[in-house]
Amino acid sequence: MDFSTFMQQMVNGISLGSMYALIAIGYTMVYGVLRLINFAHGDIMMVGAFVAYLANSAGVPFEISVVIAILAAMLTGILTDKIAYKPLRDAPKISLLITAIGISFFLENLFNVLFGGVPRAFAAPEYLTKILHLGSIVIPVTVIIVPVVTGLLLGITLLILNKTKYGMAIRSLAFDIPTVKLMGINADFIIMLVFAMGSALAAIGGIFYAISYPSIDPLMGILVGLKAFAAAVVGGIGSVTGAVLGGFILGFTEIVVVAFMPELGGYKDAFAFVFLILVLLFRPTGIMGQDLERSRF
Amino acid sequence: MLKVENLEVYYGVIAAVRGISFEVKEGEIISLIGSNGAGKTSTLQALLNSVKRKGKVIFGGFDTKNHKTHTLVQKGLSLVPEGRRVFINLTVEENLRMGAFNNDENYEHLKDEMYKLFPRIKEKRYQLAGTMSGGEQQMLAIARALMGEPKLLMLDEPSLGLAPKIVGEVFETIIKLKEEGITILLVEQNAFAALNISDYAYVLENGNIAMSGKAKEMVGNDEIRRKYLGG
Repeated sequence: MDFSTFMQQMVNGISLGSMYALIAIGYTMVYGVLRLINFAHGDIMMVGAFVAYLANSAGVPFEISVVIAILAAMLTGILTDKIAYKPLRDAPKISLLITAIGISFFLENLFNVLFGGVPRAFAAPEYLTKILHLGSIVIPVTVIIVPVVTGLLLGITLLILNKTKYGMAIRSLAFDIPTVKLMGINADFIIMLVFAMGSALAAIGGIFYAISYPSIDPLMGILVGLKAFAAAVVGGIGSVTGAVLGGFILGFTEIVVVAFMPELGGYKDAFAFVFLILVLLFRPTGIMGQDLERSRF
Repeated sequence: MLKVENLEVYYGVIAAVRGISFEVKEGEIISLIGSNGAGKTSTLQALLNSVKRKGKVIFGGFDTKNHKTHTLVQKGLSLVPEGRRVFINLTVEENLRMGAFNNDENYEHLKDEMYKLFPRIKEKRYQLAGTMSGGEQQMLAIARALMGEPKLLMLDEPSLGLAPKIVGEVFETIIKLKEEGITILLVEQNAFAALNISDYAYVLENGNIAMSGKAKEMVGNDEIRRKYLGG
């Protein structure tokens, strides 16, 4: 492999990793406060991509479609919590998990019924689909934009978590919900914030995914969602930095293995899960995870 | 300030509190004493509606029925829970910030006050709260509750698991808080220490009030001495 192919694969890996990272943050934050693997999270990403597509197709400018899509995903996340998860706060965790899977099926089939299962081409404005030629390296401009935006969003997320009182409340909630209430804090409002933040990031990840692989369908959230979930576990579920790290590791592996060993190309979707199994075997808490019972952000 | 009538708490069919009535007057220290399982902690949780309860609870002329825990805390009914429960994954200063979650404007001022009141907390303000000793965590838990400027401060077993010298410091702090005009409802197994600083006390037994009276008189009461004060 020559240098330019290598560089090409590196930027591709960073880009794919960023998308997994954006989606993985939502898994890890919800797990942090509710001890729930929100299996509907991948579908919230689909809702984001779909709403952006629908709005854009209806003639709304792309940028405004993105804003509408983010808001729609946030609303979906918040409603999921309010309608499906909140009544189960004191129920066994397995009930929550089953409910999450149910919500996932519901969203997939709702969009299937409303809009059909045929993949649709996702049209993005020219400045996002341009292809740059740097010497012999060919780079779609998204490959640069995606990691930059991801870095920015990660910075904002960490700033909120570490520097604002709402972030502190989110971190406290991960440790002790009853005591958070004793501070006069409405715990349900803080949980709502977590769903809103995670869903917004997932929507952005979904839109990036739709731009890079320019098609969407109601089931697109399943595989990407599962890989992002694997990324969250690999990085250490409950840790935001870990989720981002896990996302990059999985994105890289997927791209690099295929590039070095094209004969394994057919198995590229399996690598995330091989990684997941290895991590669970040898370091069950993940890379950044410390103690599953006291996960930190 | 706080008037409780026929308070009942049930966990399924098991009664933890069986219809108790008591009163906390402004500016006083009231204690609920009794052995393990007498219903002391359940009573405090019921006052904040953290557990299902029956009966009437009037706090500052306000019926607390159907109000959520966090709303009651915002109204000035604050609890330092059993086992301190500081946020061990947050720094000491962040713990104080959490206590002042709804008190943004007074946060800086109150923080300085707390550091004056508990100099040892100030030394460790950037450390994770989980790295502090039990006594320091207890001080932090009290300071954290004070950050919300409560009208009535409820303390659940503040001496639990602390060395005798530290227990003394905690109780001195409670007296100081009373002098600053904070009303206190104290729950303790360490009945002797509690009675010594209280104005009035109730003895809980199997979810009922077995006895009540002025704390000074109870210290001298033979039956109390025999049953709860170990002598």
